[in-house]
Amino acid sequence: MPSIRATADVPATVLQIRGLNVRYLTPGGSVTAVDGVDLDVHAGECLGIVGESGSGKTQLLLSILGLLPPQARIGGSVRYRGTELLALPADQLNRVRGARIAMIFQDPMTALNPYMRVLDQLREVACLHDGLTRKAAEERALAMIEGVHIGEPARRARQYPHELSGGMRQRIMVAMALMAEPEIILADEPTTALDVTVQAQVLALLQEVRERTGAALVLVTHDLGVVAQLADRIGVMRAGKLVELAGCEELFAAPRHPYTQSLLRALPSLDGIP
Amino acid sequence: MSEALLRVRALDVSYAVQQRGRNVRLRALRGVSFELLRGEALAVIGESGSGKSTLGRAVLRLIDVDAGEIVFRGQDLLRLRGEALRRMRAHLQMIFQDGLSALDPRMQIGAILGEPLQVFRPELTRAERHAAAGAMLERVGLTRAQLGRYPHEFSGGQAQRIGIARALIVGPELIVCDEPLSALDVSIKAQIAALLKSAQQETHVALLFIAHDLPAVRQLCDRVLVLYLGRVMEIAPTEALFRAPVHPYTRALLAAVPVPDPRRARARRIAPLAGEVPSALAPPSGCVFRTRCAHAVDRCAQEVPELRAIGHSLVACHRAEELIGSAPG
Repeated sequence: MPSIRATADVPATVLQIRGLNVRYLTPGGSVTAVDGVDLDVHAGECLGIVGESGSGKTQLLLSILGLLPPQARIGGSVRYRGTELLALPADQLNRVRGARIAMIFQDPMTALNPYMRVLDQLREVACLHDGLTRKAAEERALAMIEGVHIGEPARRARQYPHELSGGMRQRIMVAMALMAEPEIILADEPTTALDVTVQAQVLALLQEVRERTGAALVLVTHDLGVVAQLADRIGVMRAGKLVELAGCEELFAAPRHPYTQSLLRALPSLDGIP
Repeated sequence: MSEALLRVRALDVSYAVQQRGRNVRLRALRGVSFELLRGEALAVIGESGSGKSTLGRAVLRLIDVDAGEIVFRGQDLLRLRGEALRRMRAHLQMIFQDGLSALDPRMQIGAILGEPLQVFRPELTRAERHAAAGAMLERVGLTRAQLGRYPHEFSGGQAQRIGIARALIVGPELIVCDEPLSALDVSIKAQIAALLKSAQQETHVALLFIAHDLPAVRQLCDRVLVLYLGRVMEIAPTEALFRAPVHPYTRALLAAVPVPDPRRARARRIAPLAGEVPSALAPPSGCVFRTRCAHAVDRCAQEVPELRAIGHSLVACHRAEELIGSAPG
């Protein structure tokens, strides 16, 4: 684990995004999904990105790891510790994604391989990125499954994704993201498909994982309640643009952009909820 | 707003499922009883698999029930057949979660809104139906000019408006809403919630509002019914439920709602409800919630708690009296 710690004044930047553009060429003309986004991710922080459907928040995440479909036209710069990711050949990019920067998707059922046992999927990460032996990789996988608080890890590890509940699958996704001890975890709506009680469990797990590993977490969500609980800073996206970026408390107390203000106004009152 | 429009008594619903090659019954609802008053909005909340949607479908007679009574407008729906049931459906409408897939993609909006009128108000002429559809479309915030459009030309929020228009157009007394806001963005959600609320105030239609979005429930509903593993845990007036939930499950459910206020979100630090909902094929004995309940005692494993009145609420918990006033958790 790199142990670069942010100092109080100048937090170390692990990911630097400058002038990021994502466009799609369609028969009806060019569509801009991400429009000139500048954003830094600091070491160890939780950065929340909120926005509604079509705001470009997921496109932003996918572009960081080069996961956009081939017809996407990407411009600008995404630097991970000085390395330009957008220009990196696939073999070198593969050493970053999954290893240094991991991703948690919204729907673990489609993100996990339905034909592979959980253990094999996790083991694959360690064999690929850290060149561990089968045995060592298995040990680490079991430790990771235990680390995300799944009961009976040895039995669960031998099951297939469809045999697990939605909450358990998302825990497996978190375990998989942690396998190579990444410095940044990108999470795309990790709790949207879950019940509130399970969502609370997964959010508590993400928080615990951050504290334990020191990894930075970029949390994309449409739910302001989720970022209120976890984020240090929050970016608000609308129509491909980052319209506001502020500290978490500051954003909720004094939103500056009219769109952020309207988002906060759209929240029903929760007075009295313990 | 005092007469019961819908009275459900001791409702049992089960599904046939296969477990290791054997046919078994999954009991989705067990002994569910409640009343819904005229013009009232009653929320049904609970986790996935609690039986919320099954309850909505049973009330609409879309699925068969094993036992119990569903009395709607003074008639037992379970005894109605054929034409009598069809006529009753004019008073009983539904709004679905996925607004777009609930609309026939090959029908123009005018036809979608005209069809229920054709069925339930056959005396209307084509022109009258068209006029009524146009007026209803304007009522839900769209324009008359959109009557000739097809569903794919609308966004999810607009499709939900059309779904609401289709439900309202026959002037029903009850609309079963199955998660009508779940698929929508925050700002759209607020708009559709406001539309449902104003429509309800204008027409005095009662709502059975199935949801897992608790803030929306609070905004829209008069009372809340909490389901867990097919059993009713608590029924309470909305404000009482949110301010002073009694049942440990209701408390846990409310505590899990993310609060969009950083200071409060971080200050509360409530331990999330541990574990997951047990299988409905092998539910716990006694109180079904006891395996995840911090307050469970021996009695909870032996006796199924009856729903009984505690203050303004009905609560199915052996220890309800002791828990009132104690810290939630």
